[in-house]
Amino acid sequence: MLNASLSEISAALATKAISSAELTRLFLDRIRALNHALNAFITVDEERSLAEARAADARRAAGSAAALTGIPVAHKDIFCTRGMLTTCGSRMLANYVSPYDAHVVERFARAGAVLLGKCNMDEFAMGSSNETSHFGPARNPWDRRLVPGGSSGGSAAAVAARMTPAATGTDTGGSIRQPAALCGVSGLKPTYGLVSRYGMVAFASSLDQGGPLAKSAADLALLLEVMAGFDARDSTSVERAPEDYRRDLDRPLAGLRVGLPKEYFGDGLEPGVRRAVGEAVRELERQGAITLEVSLPNTGLAVPVYYVLAPAEASSNLSRFDGVRYGHRAAQYDDLLDMYCRTRAEGFGAEVKRRILIGTYVLSHGYYDAYYVQAQKLRRLIAQDFAAAFARCDVIAGPTSPSTAFALGAKSDDPVQMYLNDIFTIPAPLAGLPGLSIPCGFDDKGLPVGLQLMGDYFSEARLLNVAHRYQQATDWHARVPKDAPL
Amino acid sequence: MSWEIVVGIETHAQLRTRSKIFSGASTEFGAAPNTQASAVDIALPGVLPVLNRAAVELALRFGLAIGARINRRSVFARKNYFYPDLPKGYQISQYEAPIVQGGTLAIALAEGEKTIRITRAHLEEDAGKSLHEDFHGMSGIDLNRAGTPLLEIVSEPDLRGAHEAVAYARALHALVRWIGVCDGNMQEGSFRCDANVSVRRAGEPLGTRCEIKNLNSFRFIERAIEFEARRQIALLEDGGRVEQQTRLYDPERDETRAMRSKEEAQDYRYFPDPDLLPLVVSEEEIERVRAELPELPDVRRRQFIARGIPATQAAQLTSSIELATYAGLALEGASRGTAPAIANWITGPLSAKLNERGIGIERAPVSPEQLRQLVERIADGTISGKLAKEVDDAMWAGEGSADEIIERRGLRQISDSDAIEKLVDEVLAANAKLVEDYRGGKEKAFNALVGQVMKASRGKANPAQVNQLLRVRLAG
Repeated sequence: MLNASLSEISAALATKAISSAELTRLFLDRIRALNHALNAFITVDEERSLAEARAADARRAAGSAAALTGIPVAHKDIFCTRGMLTTCGSRMLANYVSPYDAHVVERFARAGAVLLGKCNMDEFAMGSSNETSHFGPARNPWDRRLVPGGSSGGSAAAVAARMTPAATGTDTGGSIRQPAALCGVSGLKPTYGLVSRYGMVAFASSLDQGGPLAKSAADLALLLEVMAGFDARDSTSVERAPEDYRRDLDRPLAGLRVGLPKEYFGDGLEPGVRRAVGEAVRELERQGAITLEVSLPNTGLAVPVYYVLAPAEASSNLSRFDGVRYGHRAAQYDDLLDMYCRTRAEGFGAEVKRRILIGTYVLSHGYYDAYYVQAQKLRRLIAQDFAAAFARCDVIAGPTSPSTAFALGAKSDDPVQMYLNDIFTIPAPLAGLPGLSIPCGFDDKGLPVGLQLMGDYFSEARLLNVAHRYQQATDWHARVPKDAPL
Repeated sequence: MSWEIVVGIETHAQLRTRSKIFSGASTEFGAAPNTQASAVDIALPGVLPVLNRAAVELALRFGLAIGARINRRSVFARKNYFYPDLPKGYQISQYEAPIVQGGTLAIALAEGEKTIRITRAHLEEDAGKSLHEDFHGMSGIDLNRAGTPLLEIVSEPDLRGAHEAVAYARALHALVRWIGVCDGNMQEGSFRCDANVSVRRAGEPLGTRCEIKNLNSFRFIERAIEFEARRQIALLEDGGRVEQQTRLYDPERDETRAMRSKEEAQDYRYFPDPDLLPLVVSEEEIERVRAELPELPDVRRRQFIARGIPATQAAQLTSSIELATYAGLALEGASRGTAPAIANWITGPLSAKLNERGIGIERAPVSPEQLRQLVERIADGTISGKLAKEVDDAMWAGEGSADEIIERRGLRQISDSDAIEKLVDEVLAANAKLVEDYRGGKEKAFNALVGQVMKASRGKANPAQVNQLLRVRLAG
């Protein structure tokens, strides 16, 4: 059961081969066994999970089972959960319990899912290695000395280590896809506006998007059906009819036009990554896909543009953490200004402070036009690159990350090196486009490599189709990490 | 050469919506602290703003009422600063693209009408309230007001002197209430003004301005501007210069005090709010709002002026739609000659009595028609001005129309010369001493004789006729 797909689990629950209570116990035991080593979860509430599981069993017995009834899932600790800590990986919110559920949390509850706990993450989703978490880094199940990626590192590690069948994450510049790649799992960042941000602690509002992490594309499709949908409480939520994301999973790839951006295969790509992604492209060709070179000429600008816009929005979004109403407040202070300064100095970690400083700087009088306005213009150019590419191809394929998982501490002293790790994942959110990452092989060190697929707006069903067909022909996604054996 | 005082006014008018501008919480005034603050208003992690379209409609109504350009696409921006009663650490406002741009407001001055240009009006949310007095060594924060919709209305520096500034504030106050966008309650802070004041010698370019905050009554606007202008003039005449500052008016001491200088001014780091889409209004929406606009106070005021009512009094009569409606009905069918007298009676005795009793004009016990009849009876000589007061009291007591009361109480003025002659002769016969005094040169004695005749007529004799007859008789 630990290694089963969502549909297999669902079938087992339906035939009463296993109860949700038993299943939940199984995963809770697995978390107990592994979490001290992997630190994938910040909060686990066994009693609550088991109570939810028993309630799910009762509903199933009464004949009212929904899509995920009785299936355990974990949420990134950025999604507000009523009655359970929502820390966002920060000391600032280390004691914070939300009085309401995020839209995504509501939707999983409505679909019958059992909440296993809250996953570790980079503080306020700022980081690519999970090392900025106040609660210590999650570890990579393939090698515990390595990072799981970030910011949804806990979610990716938990799915990879089979501590949960599925988890939610959020992606602002790659925070779902990059950890999915580094941990050898599947992760999807939907089109901006498809999943409501209500109850998702904001990092960079114009980029943030929730999405699922799971063991396969087929599972992602099911999870996306649960997560996606209009929410009047989020003004950027898109009003569209609900979609069956599984409808095209088995569609043959014959005639599919796959664009390979030349900028994604340049220098700086690790040989192991280049080889695995190349193999994956050949597999798509074997299935009848037509590959062609495309160009996304402004790719090199994506990282600098992102590191103007995301910190600008973050500097404002994080202003509410002032010690006045909730969260951390300094124990001692002289006056109001001192209270603010100490509270925020103590409550935020170094990376969050760095981004608040950058963001404050680029929005300042005299710099706004040179940085923020300029970055917004370039953001439009980046989106135009994609529009031009999608006139010629159906999906874009390339590496998710230029490297496989790196050692803890290897880049934590060099923010720019850390930021460059997201060079291939940052463009899609800047354009608001969907993208996913699936395992496509291993490098010489035995570490998983991620294949990224990007599509036009609302082309999730197509992306999931390509990923699923690939996974039907390969078994990379089914491999179990060596540091978390079954 | 004399000094010219230049003023521009920024007004925060609370929009009359049931719920807040970005949340569903109630905007009702006076609830227990923090009971009308939703998760969005207190800025819990993860919450998002959703625009209340009712606030947009009110902004449109105002824009159309002042003949402004409505920006079909406007943008909400974040104004970033830290303060405990600002829960998000930023205020959502409009910066580069406000919903309302341009437009004018006419103000009535003794010397005539003046047109004041409006720069812009934009939508924004109010902050909460900090209460520093009630908690020893601490401050209380009440977030009930946080997120209340405001329309910030900015005038050009077209106002000259405190009296024009007050006339502008009054005209704006009347307008926003008239069109129903704001309740205008200044005590509750629904209508607050900041004044930008500078002084210059005639013909010189604009001087350095100071912004005076926290003006929540017309009197404070006047006093604060007068104080501030005197302060600036004194500085300049002493060879000093005015420093650009934000100042606070202290009504207790009747002075303005520096809050912060230009150098200390905060950098608000405005940028478009990524949580909100640009605000788009359609042509249909604008036309629908335009069709629903009532006739505006300007139009009514000009109608009153055309009836011979002085401009400032016409402005007074159009300070609310209720008062203007009353005045309009009272003036209906009145002769051109009596219109100013009707206006005087409304702004004089009627308003005084209503104020005394604390009732609104819409509940006045004397109908506009009754008031017109009363004034007409004075004008046509049916009753004297003195007895009019008695008739008015009787009307207030519900005794019927002026004509009915005059008849019932026999108050009709005596203008019949024979009857008055008879009264005069009786009085002269009975007051030989006074007659002698008058003839001896004591003018006072004449007044006493008039008084005696009036008394004998129980106040009903036409005083002019009494005067004339007495003179004739005493001369003879």
